[in-house]
Amino acid sequence: MKKSVFFGALAASALVAGAASAQTLAEVQDRGSLRCGVTTGLVGFAAPDANGEWEGFDVAVCRAVAAAVLGDGSAVEFIPTTGSTRFTALASGEIDMLARNTTWTFSRDVDLEFEFTGINYYDGQGFMVREDLGVTSATELDGATVCIQTGTTTELNLADYFRANGMSYEPVPIETNAEAQQQYLANACDVYTTDASGLAATRAAFEDAAAHIVLPEIISKEPLGPLVRHGDHAWGDVVRWSLNALIAAEELGITSANLEEMAAGTDNPEINRLLGTEGSLGEMLGLSADWAKNAIAVGGNYGEVFDANIGPDTAIGLSRGLNAQWTDGGLLYSPPFR
Amino acid sequence: MTAVTDHSQGDEGFRLSQLLYDTRYRSVTIQIIALLALIAGLGWLLNNAVSNLAAAGQDFNFGFLGSVAGYDINQRLIEYDSQMTHGRATLVGLLNTLLVAVLGCITCTVIGVIMGVLRLSPNWIVRQLSAVYVEAFRNVPVLLWIVLIMGVMIKVPPQPRAFRGDNPDATMSLWDSVAITNRGIYIPRPTYEAGSALVVGVFLASIVAIFAFRWFAKKRQEETGQILPVFWVGLGLFFVPAILTQLVMGSPIGLEYPELAGFNFSGGIHLRNSLIALWIALSLYTGAFVAENVRAGILSVSKGQTEAAASLGIRPNRIMNLVVLPQALRVIIPPMISNYLNLTKNSSLALAIGYMDLTGTLGNITRNQTGREMESVLLLMAIYLSLSLSISAVGNWYNNSVKLKER
Amino acid sequence: MSDTHANTVAFVRETQIPQSPPPATERGIVKWLRENMFSSVLNSILSLLSIFFIFMLIKDLGPWFWNSTWNAENLAECRELNSGACFAVINERWPQFFFGFYPAEERWRPVLAFLLLFPALAPVLFDKAPRALLVVTLLFPFVAYWLIWGGSIAFPLAVLLGFVLAFVIWKALAKTQPTIALIVSVLVLVLYQLVVGGAGLVENILMGILGNPEDGPALLAFEEVESRNIGGFLLTLILGITSISLALPIGILLALGRQSDLIIIKYICVGFIEFIRGVPLITLLFVANVLLAYFLPPGTTFDLILRVVIMVTAFAAAYLAEVVRGGLAALPRGQYEAADSLGLDYWQAMQLIILPQALKISIPGIVNVFIGLFKDTVLVSIISMYDPLGIVQPILADSDWNGILWELYGFVALFFFIFCYAMSQYSRYLEQKLRTDHR
Repeated sequence: MKKSVFFGALAASALVAGAASAQTLAEVQDRGSLRCGVTTGLVGFAAPDANGEWEGFDVAVCRAVAAAVLGDGSAVEFIPTTGSTRFTALASGEIDMLARNTTWTFSRDVDLEFEFTGINYYDGQGFMVREDLGVTSATELDGATVCIQTGTTTELNLADYFRANGMSYEPVPIETNAEAQQQYLANACDVYTTDASGLAATRAAFEDAAAHIVLPEIISKEPLGPLVRHGDHAWGDVVRWSLNALIAAEELGITSANLEEMAAGTDNPEINRLLGTEGSLGEMLGLSADWAKNAIAVGGNYGEVFDANIGPDTAIGLSRGLNAQWTDGGLLYSPPFR
Repeated sequence: MTAVTDHSQGDEGFRLSQLLYDTRYRSVTIQIIALLALIAGLGWLLNNAVSNLAAAGQDFNFGFLGSVAGYDINQRLIEYDSQMTHGRATLVGLLNTLLVAVLGCITCTVIGVIMGVLRLSPNWIVRQLSAVYVEAFRNVPVLLWIVLIMGVMIKVPPQPRAFRGDNPDATMSLWDSVAITNRGIYIPRPTYEAGSALVVGVFLASIVAIFAFRWFAKKRQEETGQILPVFWVGLGLFFVPAILTQLVMGSPIGLEYPELAGFNFSGGIHLRNSLIALWIALSLYTGAFVAENVRAGILSVSKGQTEAAASLGIRPNRIMNLVVLPQALRVIIPPMISNYLNLTKNSSLALAIGYMDLTGTLGNITRNQTGREMESVLLLMAIYLSLSLSISAVGNWYNNSVKLKER
Repeated sequence: MSDTHANTVAFVRETQIPQSPPPATERGIVKWLRENMFSSVLNSILSLLSIFFIFMLIKDLGPWFWNSTWNAENLAECRELNSGACFAVINERWPQFFFGFYPAEERWRPVLAFLLLFPALAPVLFDKAPRALLVVTLLFPFVAYWLIWGGSIAFPLAVLLGFVLAFVIWKALAKTQPTIALIVSVLVLVLYQLVVGGAGLVENILMGILGNPEDGPALLAFEEVESRNIGGFLLTLILGITSISLALPIGILLALGRQSDLIIIKYICVGFIEFIRGVPLITLLFVANVLLAYFLPPGTTFDLILRVVIMVTAFAAAYLAEVVRGGLAALPRGQYEAADSLGLDYWQAMQLIILPQALKISIPGIVNVFIGLFKDTVLVSIISMYDPLGIVQPILADSDWNGILWELYGFVALFFFIFCYAMSQYSRYLEQKLRTDHR
């Protein structure tokens, strides 16, 4: 349909109505690919490699949803968005879902009319400084120059935090993480602030990561998760439960190694329901019975995805922390598959 | 321009086909069709917008301009903090746009005139250098120049902490008054104490006196032919009285020097990287276009004019001032207006380097934090449109006042 | 004569003295230097300053170029190998600079389209090129679309058929009813493309013959490439060339509308031109990126490249309209009156008398607008498209190339310089060629 629009316009006639907005699932299935909004480049979360192949933690969520819906984890068009273009892209229907370390807030949910379909990373805003600056706490940052990404919640948190502590600062607003990195490395700002996970990812890309420290203060709650447009509940459910499937899979001990074996049928009825050998959960979502199996098959369960992209063994080296399963004292808690 | 065909004789009354074939009616038909098409098109767009907004559960109002902005702006010409409204933030942004536009217009004119004249210089190497300048800046996108110069500003000058210590790596320039760092340039700020009003008053008075003297000198020249040294007297009047008053009053106008304190320099005026990069890039880029206009303007004055003036015994620099420039200006001014307009519009590229102009505040942060896309973008366009229209109105007025009065 | 002299004068030279060379200051390089660089005190100072400036430039930038590295895995390795520029990044990433994320094995397609551009442009740009090449020019948009975006040839073919149909109808009627012919053919075109779904129908029929690439192997079908994956200089060229070729006719029509006697048309054109010229391009791109979705029927999805092309075209058309208007205004009133007195109607007068002259006058301005448009395409990087400037972002984010800057920007600047400089030189050539007055 898209291409017919292209030449239609050359003929000065550029309008072909598509399907109504409330049928994203059908649209994705018709198109045969998922349009997923990601960041323009944050190592570990979403960044294209030299071949243009996208990889990262957020990317894995997109791939899982694509696999659940289409049975193919590579049937995703990744659409890079900046902090300030992401909501527009989602609202205008340019993308089907947004997985761009986006914080779930009241106003984004209620006023901007988006539906957050869960939390894939519990984060908080932190500060990164050079070690030789001699700063050990964010309360010593009075008068500092702070690099910050515009159009994000971090911008508002920062203003609140410095105001509440009676400190002054000089904000240097920046559009993308890559530019922020440039400015910070050139010492055009003393501090770089964004989500702690983003700081870790950014620092991992530095030549001498050890020369930079993340200050202990976490000044906000930043529950990051994928989101879709309000009002299309069927689609919202698909994205929500695809994410939950990854989380539940870890809890239930399903890994990419034993997936096939488990999918053949186990004694645990919840595993059977999840992997589609029992019940009709897939049908209820309007997907195939093995939807969750497909989603897990792409990159493994939540824990595997985490370890592969941002875990302790990667350059980014984030520990699970709050993002451990509830059984391990973390906050990850998937509702039951029943 | 429409050919008038002869239909007047033998009027057989109105037929429907005349609407298409009779040139008298055809124009009306075409216009009405065009108007209807336009109205239908606009109505269709509006209808879509209304139904889309309704479907998204949004309304169309500018109430968000009155709510708390919540974000800070680094460069503010008027009082602003994060607890003020989005409307106020927009105003701060607008003033920043105007600031860089005015600064840019001044410097691009200076650069452009110098380079334009140098391109016609008899000196080969100077001519080549200015040609290289013009071609380099005209043929590379201004956005690229902006980010490139921003890169230079960030990477080349020393960091503020290089100034620290007993034996610092970097020192302040101009007798410790100006600090050039990779976070911007800090220059002294004038401070006004008791009695400074008098100094300012004297200064203003001497400016009035300069104009009065010029008027007098001109009258004198017309009456007696005697030429008074306007330039030197003007120069003296400009400096001497104000400086004398300043000394006599015991220096009421002082300078606050920037000092290294904490992480950054404090005190003085902080010219941020983003402002400087944008200012330099816009000035150099637009300056290249101005240079071409100036060159074309000077070339448009025929050589006969210069020769005629020379044969009257007028000296070369006076030929330039009295004969060539007044005529060249008529060719130079109209494109200059559009250059100023372009510079103002190009200042919106500030977005790329985080200069908080109108696009950065209203068009980016406010649009994003409130989610009022339709309202913000429309308001943004409306403000730029009125800005451009006022610039061209002023420009046209000036152009009319200098152009040849033809009777 | 010589005899008398021989008696009265002691010595007479009978042969001419051989010409002695001019004094050292009046010849060769010294003369040139003296006249061109040191003719006065001021000039000498300026020359010395310039030479100093050039010397400093070479001193600073020279080693950076001489000591550059072309082969390295990452920036750290670059720094180890040599002290100068690290062009290894260009060496590694050049495919992205040229094609964006276009699939590697399919890159020959845009290259072929680019090569086809030359025969397509030749008859338009140079009047010595064979006229037969015009067929290539007319077919080029369809072939290029097919090559770059891929898919079955059925679709561009079906659209092309609509144009052919409209052309045939126009040709058949034009002799007798020029106005009606125009209206009917445009109507046929619009109806064919839109309302009847003729294009879709024909496309399906053609697909039936050739086979649908989505179902299996098909004749004359390429792998489809999404607009999102098109980037780099390829994107710049697509945006630039499409917008330029669309903007010219629209701009001329707008200019004619603005000069027209028809008051309503005139004010519609004035309003459009002044509005577009009054706002920065970046706000129009915001509209393309943000607002267009609101102004179209719910659910309409639109290719982002197409949205940007529409906005850039509108922008360039408004500027072109002003340039062409200048040309129209510069024509003496007598030309219009002469056309009228010959009994030409409005379109004939415009086509045969007014526009050829007005466009000739406006050529430098038109080329300047084109250069401006070409440069303005980099603004799409602000709405996160991967044009040459946008493609720098993921490279900066890559941990291998962290901290590299000048090499990347310099490369992009060089590309634009070459293209824009070539365009301005072409405009000089055209000015010379079209100069019919003898000076």
